[in-house]
Amino acid sequence: MIHSIFIINRSGGLIYHKNYSSKIAQLSSNEALTLAGTFHGIHVLASRISPATRGGDTVKDSGIQTIDTKNFRIHCYQTPTGIKFIAATDLLETKLTDILAKVYVLYSDYALKNP
Amino acid sequence: MAMAKQLKATGEEAWKNNVEKVNAELFIFTYGSLVVQLVKDFEDYSAVNKQLDKMGYNIGVRLIDDILARTGIEKCGDFHTTAEVISKVGFRVFLNIAPSVSGWSADSKEFSLILDDNPLNDFCELPPKAVQDGLWYSNVLCGVIRGALEMMQMQTEVWFVKDVLRGDDVSEIRVKLVRVLDEEVPVGDE
Repeated sequence: MIHSIFIINRSGGLIYHKNYSSKIAQLSSNEALTLAGTFHGIHVLASRISPATRGGDTVKDSGIQTIDTKNFRIHCYQTPTGIKFIAATDLLETKLTDILAKVYVLYSDYALKNP
Repeated sequence: MAMAKQLKATGEEAWKNNVEKVNAELFIFTYGSLVVQLVKDFEDYSAVNKQLDKMGYNIGVRLIDDILARTGIEKCGDFHTTAEVISKVGFRVFLNIAPSVSGWSADSKEFSLILDDNPLNDFCELPPKAVQDGLWYSNVLCGVIRGALEMMQMQTEVWFVKDVLRGDDVSEIRVKLVRVLDEEVPVGDE
């Protein structure tokens, strides 16, 4: 059960957000922008302070993938170009990577090619 | 070389399954009329080259997301891998050709892509003045490569060395890595 979706570009600016259920708090657009910026910041922090790097330094850590709280979970999928797809869902969804990857395909098809 | 084979397979599979195709002739003719229009507008062939490169750059920054989304390729470890990915996956998926990679410089920062047949050149002949003044007909490809690599944190210079339309036997594009960008905020994005 997905509650909302955010798409953040590589400099941390929010490019899209949408609520899909009425249970979640409705964010004003200002709050959504702040949330996106904050998330971008902690995502970068997480990948920089990662203690584990795979046998060499050419592969960086992937950054935040999920954040758990008592009532819901935030999933994040980062593309190699720096775009982050974030979904807030309830606790029943454990791994949204495939779905977010599909969103990436659709995004590149429709959003980027639209003149 | 197992990696090269794997990339080749990825490219072919993506071409077969994941990509919408348009009529090749339509595409080639559209590109041709685009170049003709630019030549009429600018009247100066080096300005046309620059404009084609700029257009290619804008296409490249978007194209890179498209190809990453479709093929799920991870970030490349080194420049050699990047070259292989561009030739075996990128060109295969979008133009269905397979250029070869060669001409590596000593410090592995430059390489050449050799295109045996460039589909954009079909049905095209350059007038002698264009050849004389240095028009690179497919310069948009250089811009695309430059734009795509810049989104992958690599600043590059890309230019044509040889072109079949100018009388050479193959077309050759030279790609040079200038520097690796380090998570900079893109200019003009705030």
